Amino acid sequence: MTALALRSVSARYGTRVVASSVSLDVPAGAWVAVIGPNGAGKSSLLKSIVGVVAHDGEILLDGAPVSGLSARERARAVAYAPQTPELPERLTVTDYVLLGRTPHLAPLARERRSDLAVVEQVLDRLDLSGLAGRALRTLSGGERQRAVLARVLAQQAGLLLLDEPTTGLDIGHAQALLDLVDRLRAEEGATVVSTLHDLTLSAQYADRLVLMDGGRVVATGTPAEVLTRETVRRHYAANVEILSTGDGNVVVTPTRG
Amino acid sequence: MLKQRPRVRPTRLAPGVLVAAVLGLVLVVSVSTLLGAANLGAGRVLREVWAQVTGGVSPLSASEAAIVWEVRLPRVVLAGLVGGALAMAGAAFQGVFRNPLADPFLLGAAAGAGMAATIVVVAAPSVTGWVIGPLPLAAFAGAVGGVTLTWLLGRSAGGGTAVLLLAGVAVASFLTAIQTFVQQLNTDTIKQVYSWMLGGLNTAGWREVLITVPYIGLAAVVLCLCGRLLDVLAVGDDEAASLGINPGRVRIAVLLAASLATAAAVAVSGLIGFVGIVVPHVVRLLAGASYRVIVPLSLVGGAMFLIVADHVARTAFAPAELPIGVITAFTGAPFFLLVLRMNRGQLR
Repeated sequence: MTALALRSVSARYGTRVVASSVSLDVPAGAWVAVIGPNGAGKSSLLKSIVGVVAHDGEILLDGAPVSGLSARERARAVAYAPQTPELPERLTVTDYVLLGRTPHLAPLARERRSDLAVVEQVLDRLDLSGLAGRALRTLSGGERQRAVLARVLAQQAGLLLLDEPTTGLDIGHAQALLDLVDRLRAEEGATVVSTLHDLTLSAQYADRLVLMDGGRVVATGTPAEVLTRETVRRHYAANVEILSTGDGNVVVTPTRG
Repeated sequence: MLKQRPRVRPTRLAPGVLVAAVLGLVLVVSVSTLLGAANLGAGRVLREVWAQVTGGVSPLSASEAAIVWEVRLPRVVLAGLVGGALAMAGAAFQGVFRNPLADPFLLGAAAGAGMAATIVVVAAPSVTGWVIGPLPLAAFAGAVGGVTLTWLLGRSAGGGTAVLLLAGVAVASFLTAIQTFVQQLNTDTIKQVYSWMLGGLNTAGWREVLITVPYIGLAAVVLCLCGRLLDVLAVGDDEAASLGINPGRVRIAVLLAASLATAAAVAVSGLIGFVGIVVPHVVRLLAGASYRVIVPLSLVGGAMFLIVADHVARTAFAPAELPIGVITAFTGAPFFLLVLRMNRGQLR
C-alpha cells in the first residue's frame, strides 16, 4: 500500500517554482529521507504535501488525491513539524500538545475527554509527563524537540513529515529522537518522510533516500545506492569518504581535499 | 472496566476563578456606586437600594436617589463595559498579531475611530432619529479601517513585530493629523471634539449603556469562542494551516470582533489608553498563557480596572474631575515599559 504518492509535483511560491516535477512513491510504514544541499527545495516539497505551499501535479494520500480533501481531513492524514517550529514561550507543554487535536475538533468546539486521553498517552510515550505543566520556554533543546514531536503525534496522522527534526540537537539527543521516531514507526505503523542534513544519520534511519538538487530529484534508492563519493561531490561540492559498516550501513565522513 | 479520567490538565477557566472574578467585579461595582463625589452616605445608599427592592421607604430625597440611579450606576456600568471591551480587544489583538505589545491604540484602531468620530461631529453634529447613531457607526468603520491599514502596511514592509508596531505608529500619526486638520477647519466644534478625545465617562447615562451593550456583547461571545483558535495561531501560520485551520479567516473574524468592541468603547468614552495592554498582561501572569483564559478574564479584569480608574477620576479632586485617560496612562505607561523589558529578545 502506498501511503504517499507524488505525480510530477512542483512546489511554488506564486510563480517561482522551488521544486520541480517530483514523482515519488512512499510505501506505508516506510521512512524516506529527502536529502540535498541548502536551497535544493526539500522543505518546500514537504510544505506542498501538507498544503502550506501551492503545488502543481498530483499528491495522493493513501491513494486519494489531496485536492478532494478538506483542510481538516488532510490534517488528520498528514502531520507536519517545520524546521524551526514556533513555540509559544509561555504556553504549557500540555496546552501545546493539545493543539495537535485541532483537526479532530470542529472549529469552535472544546476538546473532549478522549482528546485529553490521547494527549496523556503521547506525553507518557515521549517521557514528557513530568514536564506537562511546564512553560515551553523552560525546556531544554532536546525537550522542546520532543514536545514538537508530541504535538505531531497527537494529530494521530498516518504520515509524519519531519523537516530537519534534529536541528540544534547534539549527536546524543539527535540519535535519541530518531530512535524514538523509528520505534513509533515500527509500533504504530506510521510512515515517515523527513529531511535531514546529516547524511550518515539519513543512511542509518531511512529505508530510502531521495536526493534533490536545484529543485529536482537527482537520485533515489537505498542509502548505499545514493550515497557515493561522486554523487556527494557533484551535488554538495564536498570531499567525503564513504565507509561501509558491517551491517550494511554507510558512514559519510568529510575529508580535507 | 471503569474509564479513568485523563490526568493531563490543560489551562482552562476554572469555575472557582470565574466565580471569584465575577464576585470581585460585583464588589467593585457596589463600592463605586455607594461612594461618590456627592456625600450621600454609603449606609443611606444601601437603604435606598433595599427600599427599591422591597418597596419600602427610602432615606434619600428624589434628587439624591436620581444621583444613585441615573448618574452613578450607569456611569459605573458603562466604565465596566468600556474597560472590559478595551481589555478583551487588547488580548485579541495580541493573539492575532502574536505580539505582546499590540493594543487597540498602538495599531491604529483608536486613531481611526477618533478621526471618523471627529468628522461626524463636524459634518453632522445633530443627527438624531437613527437606530444606531452616526458616531458609533463612524467610529466602527474608522477602527476597522485603521487596523486594516496598519496590517497591510506592516505586511507590505516585510511583516514582523517591530515593523507592525512602526506601521501602527505611522498610521495613527497620519490619521491623527487628518483629525487635527479637520478640527482646525471647524473651530466651532473644537471643544466637543477635545472633550471626547480626552476620554471620559462624565456624560454617561443608560442610553450610552444600551447603545454599547449589543456590540460589546456580540464581540465578547465571538472572542471567547475563538480562544482556542488564537492559541493555534500562536504556532505560526504554516503550522496552524497544517493543523487544518485557515489562519487568515480566523484573523479576520477576531479583528472584526475586536475592532467592534474597540469602536463601541471609543464611541461612548473617547480615547482611553493602556487598558488593552495592562489588563491582559496581568491576567497572563496570574492565570496562564492560553487565550481561552486570557480573553474572558481580561473582559472581567478590564471592567474592574476601569471602574476603579473612573472612581479615582471622579472623586480624587472632587468636585473637579480628572480625565480618566490620565489615570490609565499613569498606571499604564510604566507598566508598558515593564512589559517591554520582560519581553527583551522576543521583539525582533
